[in-house]
Amino acid sequence: MGKRPLSPHLQIYRPQITSVLSILHRFTGIALALGTLHLVFWILAAAQGPEAFAAVQAFSDSWAGRLLMLGWTAALFYHLANGVRHLVWDAGFGFAPGQVSISGGLALIVAATLTLLAWLIGTGQLGISL
Amino acid sequence: MSMRSPLGRVRGLGSAKEGTGHWWAQRVTAIALIPLTLWFAAGLLSVIGAEHGAAIAWIGSPVTAVLLVLLLATGFYHAQLGLQVVLEDYVHHEGAKIAAILCVKFACLLLGAAAVFGVLKIAFQG
Repeated sequence: MGKRPLSPHLQIYRPQITSVLSILHRFTGIALALGTLHLVFWILAAAQGPEAFAAVQAFSDSWAGRLLMLGWTAALFYHLANGVRHLVWDAGFGFAPGQVSISGGLALIVAATLTLLAWLIGTGQLGISL
Repeated sequence: MSMRSPLGRVRGLGSAKEGTGHWWAQRVTAIALIPLTLWFAAGLLSVIGAEHGAAIAWIGSPVTAVLLVLLLATGFYHAQLGLQVVLEDYVHHEGAKIAAILCVKFACLLLGAAAVFGVLKIAFQG
C-alpha cells in the first residue's frame, strides 16, 4: 500500500449519522456472523439430546448469555432495518441530503422498537419482568 | 472510443473479473432474509426457554425445518459474502487476504452444513 493517504480519515472527520450508521451496519454484520455460532450450537445440542440442550439453555439463561442475546437481537434488527434502507438506495431512491438522515433515524427507531418488542414478548414468555 | 475489447465489453466482468455477481448475490440473499429472519425471530420467541421436547417439536415440524434450512443456507451465504468484502477492504497483504477469505468461506460452509444436518436429524429422527 505504501504511504499514500487513505480516505476517509475517520480520526479527522466529524462523525455524522450517515457515516456512523454505515460503520454500525458493518459492525452488526460481523457480530451477527459470530452470533450465529450460538444458533448453530443450539440446533446441534437439540439434535444431540436433552443433556446437551440443557447445557446450552443454561448458558442462554446466564447473565452473559442474556447480554449476548440482547446484543444479538439488537444487531439483527438494526442490520435488518438498515439493510432495507440499503435496498431502497439500490433501487435508486432516498439519496437527497435530508432523506438519508430521516431514513437513518427511521432505521434506528424500527430497530429499537423491534428489539424492545422481542424482549417484552421473550421475557413475558419466561415469566421475568424487565 | 473505448479502450476495452468488444469481447471484454460483452462479458461485462470488469477489472475484478466477476462483474456484478457478488453484489447481486448479496442483494438477492438480503431480500430473502427479510421474511426469513422475521419468521425466525417470531418462531424462536414461541419456544424461548422451552424444554427439549418442545424445542425439537418446533424445529422438526415440516414448515419450520424447511424454513430453518433455507434461513441457515441463505444466512451463511450472505454472511460470507459480507465478511469477504470487509476482509477485502481491511486486509492489505494479498496472501493474508486470500487466506482469511478462504477461512471465512470454509467456516461458514462447515457451520451451515453442521446446522442443516442438526435440523434434518431432528426432523427425521425426532
